Amino acid sequence: MKIPYFPGCSLKSDAAHFEQSAIEFSKTLGVELVELPNWNCCGTVHSLTTDDIMHHLACVRNMVHAQELGKQLGTNKLITLCAMCYNTLAQVNELAKKKPDDLKTANEFIDDLPDYEGKVEVLHLLTFLNNYVSFEKIAKVVKGRLNGLKLAPYYGCLLVRPEHVKVDDRERPVLLSKLLGMVGAKCVEFPYAVECCGSYHTVNLKEAVIEKTYTIVNNARENGADAIVLSCPLCEFNLDKRQKDVKAVYPTFEPMPVFYFTELLALASGKKVNVNAHYVSPENVLRKYGL
Amino acid sequence: MARIGVFVCHCGINIAGVVDVEKVVQEIAKYPDVVHAEHYKYMCSDPGQNLIVNAIKEKRLDGVVVAACSPNMHETTFRNACERAGLNRYRCEMANIREQSSWVHADEPEKATEKAIQLLQVSVEKVKLNAELKEAAVPVTRRCLVIGGGIAGIQAALDVADAGYEVILVEKSPSIGGHMAQLSETFPTLDCSQCILTPKMVAVARHPNIRLMTYAEVVDVKGFVGNFKVKIHQKARYVTSDCNICGKCEEVCPVIAPNEFDRNLSPRKAIYLPFPQAVPARYTIDTNHCLGLNPLVCGKCKEVCEPKAVDYDMQDEDVEVDVGAIIVATGYELFPKDKIGEYGYGVYPDVIDGLEFERLLSASGPTGGEIIRPSDGKVPKVVAFIQCTASRDPDSYMPYCSKICCMYTAKHAMLYKHHVHDGKAFVFYIDIRAGGKDYEEFVKRTMEEERITYIRGKVSKVFRRGDKMVVWGSDTLSGEFVELEADLVVLASAIVPLPDTKKVANLLKIPVDENSFLKEAHPKLRPVETLVQGVYICGAAHGPKDIPETVAQASGAASKAVGILSGKELYHEPTTAEVNIDACSGCRICVDLCPFGAISFNENTHTVEVNEILCEGCGTCVAACPTGALKLRNMTDKQIFNMIRAALSGGD
Repeated sequence: MKIPYFPGCSLKSDAAHFEQSAIEFSKTLGVELVELPNWNCCGTVHSLTTDDIMHHLACVRNMVHAQELGKQLGTNKLITLCAMCYNTLAQVNELAKKKPDDLKTANEFIDDLPDYEGKVEVLHLLTFLNNYVSFEKIAKVVKGRLNGLKLAPYYGCLLVRPEHVKVDDRERPVLLSKLLGMVGAKCVEFPYAVECCGSYHTVNLKEAVIEKTYTIVNNARENGADAIVLSCPLCEFNLDKRQKDVKAVYPTFEPMPVFYFTELLALASGKKVNVNAHYVSPENVLRKYGL
Repeated sequence: MARIGVFVCHCGINIAGVVDVEKVVQEIAKYPDVVHAEHYKYMCSDPGQNLIVNAIKEKRLDGVVVAACSPNMHETTFRNACERAGLNRYRCEMANIREQSSWVHADEPEKATEKAIQLLQVSVEKVKLNAELKEAAVPVTRRCLVIGGGIAGIQAALDVADAGYEVILVEKSPSIGGHMAQLSETFPTLDCSQCILTPKMVAVARHPNIRLMTYAEVVDVKGFVGNFKVKIHQKARYVTSDCNICGKCEEVCPVIAPNEFDRNLSPRKAIYLPFPQAVPARYTIDTNHCLGLNPLVCGKCKEVCEPKAVDYDMQDEDVEVDVGAIIVATGYELFPKDKIGEYGYGVYPDVIDGLEFERLLSASGPTGGEIIRPSDGKVPKVVAFIQCTASRDPDSYMPYCSKICCMYTAKHAMLYKHHVHDGKAFVFYIDIRAGGKDYEEFVKRTMEEERITYIRGKVSKVFRRGDKMVVWGSDTLSGEFVELEADLVVLASAIVPLPDTKKVANLLKIPVDENSFLKEAHPKLRPVETLVQGVYICGAAHGPKDIPETVAQASGAASKAVGILSGKELYHEPTTAEVNIDACSGCRICVDLCPFGAISFNENTHTVEVNEILCEGCGTCVAACPTGALKLRNMTDKQIFNMIRAALSGGD
């Protein structure tokens, strides 16, 4: 099965190991993620101004590429990995479906591409695995096991909000726990799973993010986790890379490794984790569990 | 040739201050078939009415149009006047030149006058073709059905029974009493809830006019006002009325089941009495938990029963009854906490709802009135109360205010302090709605004398940290984030109608609102009636309300029911739809459209029939009938066309 796939900027730089592990793992399921040709920025943050069509153009362009590639591959699905890309693309896609007049305006503006027909289904990989592959099947295909690795599944905001594009329950999402539980991890109760990571404050208000990271990581540890698992490159940056800054402010702080969920799926199916891509080295934790 | 008289009312200056009544009279007098026209200051007054009576007699009028206010106001007045003069009351019509002309066109008197003339012409056209009709009469079954045995149903049943009519009170659970029986003390007087309720429960059981059917449900309703045929499903309770509630059966029963009356905070046996004061005072075997009656597995309860009241051969049965009026009082439930994600989806035992807290407070509750938390039985030293849980939140939960939570939370906090003197109580609120007699004073007392901390802000999240429940909220007065470590969290959850409410509403064909509460016929003027005649509503099934309001509404519903039951016959406006069976094709479009369930299909003639008692003359069926077989009396197509023609003639 070949499915169009939108990477986005982070997956080509900081989060390359996210993309790589996702592509590798999908292959073991017989799913080939085909990168969109000529993709551009997802638009980053969805504009809440509904008549601000200009801000949605980047998304619509990507949807046109997905539509055209999908026609060749015989599918209307588009898979995303980055939580922010998912959120922005899915929200604009909803808007395009709900407001045909605005879509027409956008189409008229994009005069170098075919019109977007509003039929693409934007899916986060988690949803795709749940709805179109099934976690049970994954548990059968994946041969290895995560040996009871204790994880704190972290969702952040963009996977579960707002209501109309959420991939799981807003207040108590369970998809990551279910999926990783199927392949032998042990996900702990984690009240901070949908707390804000501090988001873009990381650029101009680092102190705020340091506080958030400090409390979130500590909460994961208090609840018995040895690592955090997530799906958003920005969350990953804040929760992983910012631990260095946390340590500077709180010298007794104990760092905790952070994984993308696809890294652990790939690990469970026999691939190696690229430990160099992590700021907090996961080697000790992996060794502890014999992984 | 018709002989129509027109009477134009000044309504003081309400009409005459804008509309030139002299001109109206002059103009309308020229209209074909109008043989008499005059104006008067107050047509509804006695001298005004006499003008009409005299003119009918002297000028031998065969139709009357009164140009005045809305027919809702005085149609009956003027029709009665016509009847006194010997004219059929349906040969009188009103033209509303006040609400529809003088009031709304006060700054354009000339045009208002023109419009008044036109409205009059329209009414003259209508009355010309009005038939002389007679009100329909139907006999009444003088017995009332009350559905639901909470305080609303109890009060309604007692009122109707006291008025001298038979009542059948149907309650789904094994005892009457409803939620009020579960409460500890009631705001704002702190009366013991059971102490004020149980005398009423006993009165129901002893009343010679009340037939109490507990552990029973209404499964079918047919017929119409004055003549309902109701089927009631009586579930077998496997214990006869010989039961003397000695409790020996309960002692030997080996099965433990959750106790619904204690909101599952305590266990009960498979053979049980919901609570000590239950009415009827009779045990019930819960077959969902009993080890088995058929074939009999255990049989211990029967062995120990001295009065031989346990009867395993008892069967469910359907009982059919005839009643003239029905009162629906099916009550409420709290919004299920396992649907509230931010407060833990019901997974934390120390997050409880208001009714659970009532059971903890109650002297007859699972803890004997001691406040301990469910997880470890410790006395909670810090309790957080969260108001507006799942209320006033249209995006995620219920959009409405649940009305009683501000009051019962204040009561909870106060009673908590009375039990745990060194405890601390925090109340999170959006704003305090204490609009009732002595309510504001009660809340103030809680805040000031009991030293309860009120924090204005919503709670975003509740989660566990060690053995504490962490409450995250905001204090919108100081603009600060609040984190509170509490031992117990009490949710003032939204009041929602029971799922069964919809089922009952469907049986009775009464509408529910967008939140599935029963809908009244008019929000202001007909608050206990429904669109189905003879069916009345009261209590929290109609919307969140406290005990005094429920009791008042129940008495209102009862008096409406008595109004129906007190007459031997019912009369009904004859301006209903009628079917020309030669033209009816039997398509049945009208059957589904009729909002009053007045049209039925006759399998023998393959045509529809209109029940004249149920029909309210709305005309929906007439408009929808593809063959034109339906017609509305005194609002025929011919009349409507004539009226339109009159409305469009003249003017610009």
